[in-house]
Amino acid sequence: MSFTKTKVSTSSNAGPGKVRNWLGRFEWKASPYLYVAPFFLLFSVVGLFPLFYTAYIAMRQYNTLTGDSGLAVCGATCGSSGSVGSWFGNFSWVLHQPAFWDALRNSFSIFLLSSVPQIIIALWLAWVLNANLKAKTFWRMGVLLPYIVAPSAAGIIFSQIFSDKMGALNVLLQQFGMNPIMWHGTPFWSHIAIATIVNFRWTGYNTLIFLAAMQAIPHELTEAAVVDGAGKVRTFFSVTLPLLKPTLIFVIITSTIGGLQIFDEPQMFHSGTSGYGGANRQYLTVSTYLWNLGFNNVTIGQPNLGRAAAVAWILFLIIVAIAILNFCLTQRLATSGEAKSKKKKGRA
Amino acid sequence: MSMLNNQQKKQSSDILGTNGQKELGVPAMEQVYGKSVARAAARKRNLAVTSEGRSPGWGSYAILVIVILVFLLPLYYALSIASQDSTSTQYGVEALIPGGSLFRNIGRAFGAISFWQALGGTLFVATFTSCTTVLFSTLAGYSFAKLRFRGRGFLFVFVIGTMTIPQQLSVVPLYIMANKAGLFGSLWAVIIPSLVTAFGVFWMTQYLQDALPYELIEAARVDGASMLRTFWSVAMPAARPAAAMLFLFTFIAQWTNYFWPMLILGPNKNSMLIVAAANLKGAYFTDYTIIMGGVVLTTFPLILLFVFAGRQLVAGIMAGAVKG
Repeated sequence: MSFTKTKVSTSSNAGPGKVRNWLGRFEWKASPYLYVAPFFLLFSVVGLFPLFYTAYIAMRQYNTLTGDSGLAVCGATCGSSGSVGSWFGNFSWVLHQPAFWDALRNSFSIFLLSSVPQIIIALWLAWVLNANLKAKTFWRMGVLLPYIVAPSAAGIIFSQIFSDKMGALNVLLQQFGMNPIMWHGTPFWSHIAIATIVNFRWTGYNTLIFLAAMQAIPHELTEAAVVDGAGKVRTFFSVTLPLLKPTLIFVIITSTIGGLQIFDEPQMFHSGTSGYGGANRQYLTVSTYLWNLGFNNVTIGQPNLGRAAAVAWILFLIIVAIAILNFCLTQRLATSGEAKSKKKKGRA
Repeated sequence: MSMLNNQQKKQSSDILGTNGQKELGVPAMEQVYGKSVARAAARKRNLAVTSEGRSPGWGSYAILVIVILVFLLPLYYALSIASQDSTSTQYGVEALIPGGSLFRNIGRAFGAISFWQALGGTLFVATFTSCTTVLFSTLAGYSFAKLRFRGRGFLFVFVIGTMTIPQQLSVVPLYIMANKAGLFGSLWAVIIPSLVTAFGVFWMTQYLQDALPYELIEAARVDGASMLRTFWSVAMPAARPAAAMLFLFTFIAQWTNYFWPMLILGPNKNSMLIVAAANLKGAYFTDYTIIMGGVVLTTFPLILLFVFAGRQLVAGIMAGAVKG
């Protein structure tokens, strides 16, 4: 609206020549598109085109060294003896691999083991921080510190803490007379260890997001609850938590997208020089599987990139499915949208 | 009953809030305002709730100190392993006691990852992509937030939609494209896919919507400034706080990024810090003193950055929900 006004004022200033006027109007019309152009140009080259190109490669026998050699073939793995290609050959090959299903199971398990405790601890820490503390910024910075440690670096450090034979934790356990835990040996314990690495980096980050949302809740509400006879716990669960719902959903969605893509931590957690994901694929994740399939295990004759592309598409579809599921849940649960919009103005 | 309570609560909170020094005691309150007011005041005092928020006890500080110590422990462990005199003490609890060879081990790691080259590469990639991300995101964000054009709504939804695309999806084609373009092993192959992010556009749009009044743009136009001039001298200064935060987040994300650089740098492992440090793990798998030396070398510059810019980071995360 305000722009029509401006437009009128520029055209009434018409001045020297028609050309300048025309140029001005052209600039006015074109510049919004010119400004968004760099993003969309770059995105179409490094984002959109690859999206379709992956879909294409996923249907081909594409090898790193020999390139494209025709339509994908699933062959003996799928029980068909012929070498007739099909569009979904790589997909069915991947879905016939026990390793893929292990990887999917591990990714989900690590994701759950990391995000559930992470969100609970972050909520609790945010509640602790949401008080009249002295030196607020200091505590907030302290909680955020692990965020600047690279996941791969954290993975290296924790691989020593969780080392099977001589790890710091196992030595401590033995000194208390307990049996050492084979952190790398079993799916469950390795998932706990990897989830710990993830939590180390992201708990403080999520704490600050929750803290910002908590600060947007008016004090009168909690005060009123206290006066009406609610204790600390009751106030938290009946007043604070419901108002945090939009933020909570946001954090859950983002940690789903990030959690299912996890690669650096399990890769660095692995202690050997060869192999990946553990001897019995205890901590093989979908991303690690993709890397091994497409980039680590490169031999001539294998459609390695084609299969990796198929894995990437399956992962993408799973993430989209979960995002839609989350969205539906959001629609049902988000009774109060205020907290999130107010959050931005939270006192930092 | 509860309405009555609320009214009385208001009175009592006025009394408690306005004259902090001359607070009435609970028994006195009972005399003046009646039993329920006194009870409410007592509850509020017991639970330490004031109109400025909950006042923390020593327990809050204790919890925070413990949490920060737990967060520091892995970093200390890395430093302590890196300081061991020999590999015989690099494991378990023994490694928690610092040795005297920190600088010797860091020096070895320094040479093994050719630190200056790796640091230069990382700095170049992180700075370059942060600058372009900020510039392009501010341009697009300004356009989305403040200019009207056909297709704006659709394009913006499209930008948000692209944020759900996982990195893995573009890895295979980007790998093929980079190889065909002859960029395998080059830093440009790391830079080009990260020149701008959908998140950056979203972030700047959100910020500029509130921070830049239409009147300012109008005034610039009336004064005869061209569109580009308006952007440069009105929108850019208004966007500065958010731009600084976006710069920091992009910088850290690029610094800590491992998956794509590891894939595309191939044999040139020492051209970026994180990849070089991760590579130490494979090359010296029995000698953790040098591996941790590498970890310390890659983490220390960011800790330094954190000391100076941590306040900004905290404010940035709290100002908008950021992740990635």
